[in-house]
Amino acid sequence: MSTTPNKPATGKQKQQGFVYLPLIAGWLIPGAGHFLLRKWIRGTLIAISIVSMFALGLAMQGKLYTGAQDILGMLGMAGDLGSGLLYFVGRALGLGAQPVQTTVADYGKIFIVVAGLLNIIAAVDAHNLRTGRKS
Amino acid sequence: MHPSHFAAVLLFALFASTVFGITMRDTPRKMFRYGAYCFVLFVGSVIVFSWVMFLIMR
Repeated sequence: MSTTPNKPATGKQKQQGFVYLPLIAGWLIPGAGHFLLRKWIRGTLIAISIVSMFALGLAMQGKLYTGAQDILGMLGMAGDLGSGLLYFVGRALGLGAQPVQTTVADYGKIFIVVAGLLNIIAAVDAHNLRTGRKS
Repeated sequence: MHPSHFAAVLLFALFASTVFGITMRDTPRKMFRYGAYCFVLFVGSVIVFSWVMFLIMR
């Protein structure tokens, strides 16, 4: 009998550990899911893109959704929550609390929502890398 | 901060294309090409629709 370990055993060994850790870390901190998987350049580019987009949104006087009064509010809130800790820190610091009064502030609001949605895509990508669906 | 509308479009397209490129393709070369493709589509469609709206307004 051969004592050489076969490929499926190696594959199983790779899957050990909490599979959803990159997904959760990537959601909480933009790029962290990729950092956990040692994808340094991808993680850095994702972190720069999402944090910059979120910060620019706030700098443009965009608002952070605090509650969902209607369907659009619910969708905006879902997008904002995608930013993970950025959203909660922003709320804790009282950022984005003012109502939208200018066109640029409306752009800022969209920047913040899209930053959250992009972060969700990036976190799912980190999960796919972890499970081996993507290389 | 009050960027012009076009500057806001460029920033939006840059960051969104970067994330799209990284997440939708497997190799660095394909990522860069897809990111550039998305950026051109974002900015190009804005320019085209801006002209369409300008012509409708006249």
